[in-house]
Amino acid sequence: MLRMIAKRMVLIIPNLIGVVIVTFLLTRALPGDPAAYFAGPAADKQAIEQIRVKLGLDKPLIVQFGRYVNDLVHGDLGNSLSTGQPVVTEIKNRLPASAELTLFGLILSMVIAVPLGILAAVKQGSWIDHTCRVVATAGVSLPVFFTGLLLVYVFYFELGWSPAPLGRLDAFATAPAQITGFYLIDSVLTGKLETFRASLSQLLLPGFTLGIFSLAPIARMTRASMLAVLASEFVRTARASGLDNRTVIITYAFRNAMLPVITTLGMVFSFLLGANVLVEKVFAWPGIGSYAVEALITSDFAPVQGFVLTMAVLYVVLNLIIDILYGVIDPRVRLDG
Amino acid sequence: MNENISTTPVAAAAPKPENNSIFRHARYVVAENPVTGLAFGLFILIALCALIGPYIVPHDPLASDTTATLHAPSLKHWFGTDQLGRDIFSRVVVATRLDFIIAIASVALVFALGGFAGIASGFFGGWTDRIVGRISDTIMAFPLFVLAMGIVAALGNTVTNIVIATAVVNFPLYVRVARAEANIRREAGFVQAARLSGNGDMRILLAHILPNIMPIMMVQISLTMGYAILNAAGLSFIGLGVRPPTPEWGIMVAEGAANIISGEWWIALFPGAALMIAVFCFNLLGDGLRDLVDPQRRT
Repeated sequence: MLRMIAKRMVLIIPNLIGVVIVTFLLTRALPGDPAAYFAGPAADKQAIEQIRVKLGLDKPLIVQFGRYVNDLVHGDLGNSLSTGQPVVTEIKNRLPASAELTLFGLILSMVIAVPLGILAAVKQGSWIDHTCRVVATAGVSLPVFFTGLLLVYVFYFELGWSPAPLGRLDAFATAPAQITGFYLIDSVLTGKLETFRASLSQLLLPGFTLGIFSLAPIARMTRASMLAVLASEFVRTARASGLDNRTVIITYAFRNAMLPVITTLGMVFSFLLGANVLVEKVFAWPGIGSYAVEALITSDFAPVQGFVLTMAVLYVVLNLIIDILYGVIDPRVRLDG
Repeated sequence: MNENISTTPVAAAAPKPENNSIFRHARYVVAENPVTGLAFGLFILIALCALIGPYIVPHDPLASDTTATLHAPSLKHWFGTDQLGRDIFSRVVVATRLDFIIAIASVALVFALGGFAGIASGFFGGWTDRIVGRISDTIMAFPLFVLAMGIVAALGNTVTNIVIATAVVNFPLYVRVARAEANIRREAGFVQAARLSGNGDMRILLAHILPNIMPIMMVQISLTMGYAILNAAGLSFIGLGVRPPTPEWGIMVAEGAANIISGEWWIALFPGAALMIAVFCFNLLGDGLRDLVDPQRRT
């Protein structure tokens, strides 16, 4: 088991190197003169030249790359131009908000999509199957920012069930003491149920928005792999041995059908992390996505690059976790590794 | 797309039985799944809006009217008016062309780049395959929308760069499909025959293998069109690419976002719905096309 994990860890190294090279190229090697940009519109030639030397932009590309990697190793992603704050601290402070939202959305969509996919496969051709197909296609077609706005209109403006879509907590509530950074968990740990309720009510709409978006691939995959497993010989044997339907579907079919679904999670995370940016903008969620969007509007590059790098590293690590999880669930993979 | 495949055999008429069977198969697929027919109808409607929309809309999409701001939908303004009194119906229709052009341009670009790189890596194998594979892996290591954001931020905030970014994030998908298809045809009889008749590698790639994998690539194109539209709209929603007065669905939803909380739903709803219908249409069309080309891969 440990050997398999170690092997997988080695496999992600080329990916990480690729990610670092791409983010570096995005900052340096592209058209436009960063020195002129950092110097501002009023600077003369001499000032631009000074900044060029100061930033190390007069050096060959490979030396610049070395400096960039060195900075990364020391945890330095540069400073934001507009706030002057180091990008790393800002991202570190905002990451829990994004993580809480993304994971909440994923859990919501798993809770809905997996049973839906199973039912659609078990009752193939029934109305549940058709609903599953329509929901799955509609889910991928809905622009995530549009779903978010629709939910805000219905549940905040029309029905008044939901609080205003402005961040993680309303203005009157105080944030729980930071333990994990996840408001839901922290408020339970510190025993503040009122805060728990407030943050849950803020989280529901953006969570559902993300959930609806990632529903489609999970439901589709669950249905397809359930169908394949239900047609297999061991299920037929189980049925022939007189086991009841429930045992066959849950114990025999479902556990085997989950394997391809876990593989799909990699793709789902790619969707979720991207959609997260749009959802954060709609709900004024103080995560790293909205940080990057604010920086984009003011052409503040360092935060954007830091954000892209953080997201890519997160995504690579998530894929690693999915791989390992797969090995934990399926002993065959473990033996191969 | 459906029509292209189904009408050519009609013109070629009865003598060729295998063409007739393609036609019958197309009719069977449409009859089996009428949704594909509906999607095709929607596609024609969208294409018409893109072609002649700007000439038939009732109002100037850029003209503001301070006496008629934030009007709810009425007979005069079918989809209502926005903060500046612009007619939303006209803006939604006119925007079709720009969204369509962005999607088509990026899909064409990625088809040319990714398709070619994929065929070459499947056909040649070896170093070509390794290099192309590494490039795709690196792109896939990013969450796709995030990479698109990074590219537009670095290259500059223009529509052209949105097209490029959308093409880049779709690159691995095209490579994967083209590579697999070219790989299984590498040693096929017709390729060996072409080689024996003295054709060079490039000629075999472009004149013999490419036409053979076109049906599968068309499915891929139709499936990624929807994603290309979503991606471009998402980028302009966060303020990248298209500049404000220009009508574009993503940016129009962004303009209406602030008014949702105060109950003016129509500003964001109609462009959002247009976006959704366009993407829905392409996804369904892609599914239908896949049933036609490759019935076994149906889910």
